[in-house]
Amino acid sequence: MREWLSKPVLVVGRLSAIALIVAFLAPLPAAAQESPYVVTYDHYLEEPGNLDVEYFSTFGTQRGGNDFHAFWAEFEYGVKAWWTTELYLDGQTTFGDSTIFTGFRWENRFRPLRNEHIVNPVIYIEYEQIGGADKILQEVEGHDVKSDHAASNAVLRAEHDHEVEFKPILSSTFQGWNLALNPILTKNLSPNNPWEFGYAIGASRPLALKASPNYCNLCAENFIAGVEMYGGLGDTRSLGLNHTSHYLAPAVAWNLPSSWTFRLSAAFGLNNESHRLLLRWGVSREFDGFGEMVSRMFGGRR
Amino acid sequence: MKASSRGHLVTLPALAIMFLFLVGLSLLAAQQTSPKTQHSAWLALAGVPAKPRAKPNPMASDPNAIAAGRKLFEEHCAQCHGMQAAGGARAPSLRTQAVGRATPGALFWIVTNGVVRHGMPVWHKLPASERWQIVTFLKSVSSETPRRGNPE
Repeated sequence: MREWLSKPVLVVGRLSAIALIVAFLAPLPAAAQESPYVVTYDHYLEEPGNLDVEYFSTFGTQRGGNDFHAFWAEFEYGVKAWWTTELYLDGQTTFGDSTIFTGFRWENRFRPLRNEHIVNPVIYIEYEQIGGADKILQEVEGHDVKSDHAASNAVLRAEHDHEVEFKPILSSTFQGWNLALNPILTKNLSPNNPWEFGYAIGASRPLALKASPNYCNLCAENFIAGVEMYGGLGDTRSLGLNHTSHYLAPAVAWNLPSSWTFRLSAAFGLNNESHRLLLRWGVSREFDGFGEMVSRMFGGRR
Repeated sequence: MKASSRGHLVTLPALAIMFLFLVGLSLLAAQQTSPKTQHSAWLALAGVPAKPRAKPNPMASDPNAIAAGRKLFEEHCAQCHGMQAAGGARAPSLRTQAVGRATPGALFWIVTNGVVRHGMPVWHKLPASERWQIVTFLKSVSSETPRRGNPE
């Protein structure tokens, strides 16, 4: 029955299931205040000791190729108040083709400044080992264009990339509005590959800036709406907008007091090199005390 | 097929390493709360600059501010400070004379900026009105009889 699923996809599924079961056992809810961004990062890090388990899907319509459903699981952990580490496991299904595991990413975000400022920097460093069939479009960089995804999975999966990625994240929040800018610099570690560049910018705001005294799921304060734009800027050999793709994506996040967050985003391709539509949705649950729970498992002090 | 098998050989050990790394980080984080850390947090309250310290609480006269602040506290702060703000395994009690004596502006500054080097995260991501609601709630409980200890 499950022959259509490859073994790594089952591994991803099992890891996600285990994490979600553990999430249900959390002793106290830790209501999240997640931004609606799918690609852009603001400067807020995970609270120390908390684990945020996330699942995201991207449905993409493809000009000149089969549509696809790319998905990823995220495990985001607050090591310190100034350091968040995150593991991504990626996969995708191309309709009329196959379902495959496409790789993993390990990212770290560091907050260099102690206090809040008008503009707040965060240093982002990521290592990724992904296949050519990766379609999650978590960032768009260099000359990433829709035709990269047109070949069959059998062809694309033969390519394996080891990349490092840097983002000097800049983010500011004023009067409830968050503005975030993420320049992207990526280097494929294989020899003779150029540095690739990209960008992501976002703006968002909660629908209400004041909390109501009642416990509620549908209060306006639980919703954050925003818009983000992202795309490639070429590489060191051919810098610029030629042969690059760009997206504009309205997005909304619904943060439930029970610590679940739902996100929805529709990214519209802005030129012929872009996918026409990327419909993205995600669900996440933050649970507190993960560090302490693991520590107790290994006999650490309370 | 061969390419696929090679991919599995590379990926699965990498995932195992990442999982162990996360567990290691968890152990590290769980060890970081100590009385010394808590004293450092109180020192941060004393170190709030004069200008933000003098800021008045715009929500002080809002009849719903304490209830809304309590709700926000339970959602975002209770996991460390305890549901009754009487302290938890990771953060000190807020039912203390130090909090009672602190100006609303000083508490707002601490909630906004956190005490990042000592484990308290930045809560600037909550809108300013919500942070003032939390401050209003904290001032209301700090004037009650402390239920546990006095870390002053």
